[in-house]
Amino acid sequence: MSFTFHAPTPRETAESSKGRRGEDMDIDEEFAQIQAKASMKDMAVHVVTPGEVITSDTAFMRGHGTYIEQEKVLSSLAGVVERVNKLISVKPLHTRYTGEIGDVVVGRITEVAQKRWKVDVSARSDAILMLSSVNLPGGVQRRKQESDELQMRNFFMEGDLVVAEVQAFFSDGAYSLHTRSLKYGKLRNGSFISVSPGLVQRCKSHFHSLACGVDVILGLNGYIWVSAHVPQSLDEIDTEQVYSNKNKEDITPVDREAIARVANCIRALAQETMFINDTIISFAYEASLQHKLKDMTKREVMQSIAQEATLAVENMKG
Amino acid sequence: MSRVELLSPEGLRVDGRRPEELRKITSTTAVLSQADGSAYLEHGNTKVLAAVYGPREARHRALVLHDRAILNVEFNVAPFSTGERRRRTKNDKRLLEMASFVKQTFEPVVITTLYPRSQIDIYLQIIQHDGGTLQACINAATMALIDAGIAMTDYVCACTAGWVEREPALDLNHIEESSDTSEVTIAMLPKSGKVTLVQMESRLHVDKLEDVLSLAGKGCKHIHQVIDKTIRDRAEELARKMAV
Repeated sequence: MSFTFHAPTPRETAESSKGRRGEDMDIDEEFAQIQAKASMKDMAVHVVTPGEVITSDTAFMRGHGTYIEQEKVLSSLAGVVERVNKLISVKPLHTRYTGEIGDVVVGRITEVAQKRWKVDVSARSDAILMLSSVNLPGGVQRRKQESDELQMRNFFMEGDLVVAEVQAFFSDGAYSLHTRSLKYGKLRNGSFISVSPGLVQRCKSHFHSLACGVDVILGLNGYIWVSAHVPQSLDEIDTEQVYSNKNKEDITPVDREAIARVANCIRALAQETMFINDTIISFAYEASLQHKLKDMTKREVMQSIAQEATLAVENMKG
Repeated sequence: MSRVELLSPEGLRVDGRRPEELRKITSTTAVLSQADGSAYLEHGNTKVLAAVYGPREARHRALVLHDRAILNVEFNVAPFSTGERRRRTKNDKRLLEMASFVKQTFEPVVITTLYPRSQIDIYLQIIQHDGGTLQACINAATMALIDAGIAMTDYVCACTAGWVEREPALDLNHIEESSDTSEVTIAMLPKSGKVTLVQMESRLHVDKLEDVLSLAGKGCKHIHQVIDKTIRDRAEELARKMAV
């Protein structure tokens, strides 16, 4: 069994395509076309490094990861060039989390401040969770009062893990989170894994229940929560218990092993820089069953699990 | 006066190099899993590990700049890295000075205005010392910053050159450094040829300065090619893995 990589698309040099074209075209016009064509094609896997000229055509606009010097668009990062119409941007392959409104993130409370919590979401500054954007225990709907402000630590304490949604940006670029849904809130009964944020892609749902009786929350910031399955429908949740610090009592050794196994599968996938979603985690879990749990931290076992999972996904796609 | 002969009659240096020859450079990035970016660089027998954390929430509220990120460089020399085992305190003035050189070198190149109110930490660890630690640190830090996905206008490549006996020599090793040779370290942006750091701690005749500087500049260009290849290979490998 081996990995198959997509070969990078060969770059079409100006000379080679010039040879194939007719001579009846005006030289300037032809050159412009070649450039446009070359730049379009190269963008498939066009890797640039800092200071490299991406284009000297003034028609293009600079996007993220680029800057303009002497009317040329240059890269400021090592990454892949992406082009949307006239906008050129460079996407770094490994970086901190950059959020968008609506993203589901997992974070850790770092500080309790005036009417707000600071949350580490592995972004370039801590996100902010306002007291006004959390639900009160018991689901009471009312304005937050001073008494609520005084018992903020009863809701979230430093070190607590939360799952939340990005609600807005502050003017300095910090994220404002909210947990105004029963899906969001404090995390219990499980284990935490941090992977590179680029490996979790935006999709319909980031809350998954796997067949092995484990729930997974894939935070878009690369923080992942793997926990014991809590059978529930949204209207059966005990709203008083939303901020409880107690794990449920009946987490059996079997459940614990499943959690650890899924967590190790995710680590294995992350180590092989593979995108993480519920399908591939399930396949990796199945592939991991032939290994002992304690062997799953070994490099070669991680590799083989990741490989088998890729193959399984490819087979499924046909 | 019994001195080591730094340049043989055939024109070879103590370690057998020609005057305009660099030592062998090997480098890798992403060596640490916890850091946002990291690099390991061997420059001859000088070995450096660089780790970059950030941009992240600034640790000291008072230092926060509202329009850009602050750079923080910490420099550490392992006790076993030098010929003579010696533990250095954290406040060793020499180390603090080196750290501030690195900081000043990167401040104009890293586009800090993109990361307001945050902090970028660069930790440098010398594992083995054989001359040219500053150049090795700057080169390793460049790679680690790029690996961390931090925006920079260009690479920063550093190289030393000095005047050994009768001619300019590139990339001095520890023996050459410690026998009273005048040595210049420069850090350069290889694409534009701009220089962000020139450091010299000994006397050098002004007539010789130009030769030494231009030689160091050539060295920087060469180092750029070497580290650009490492960065590019790594980026292409990741891009291929992630292009599904």
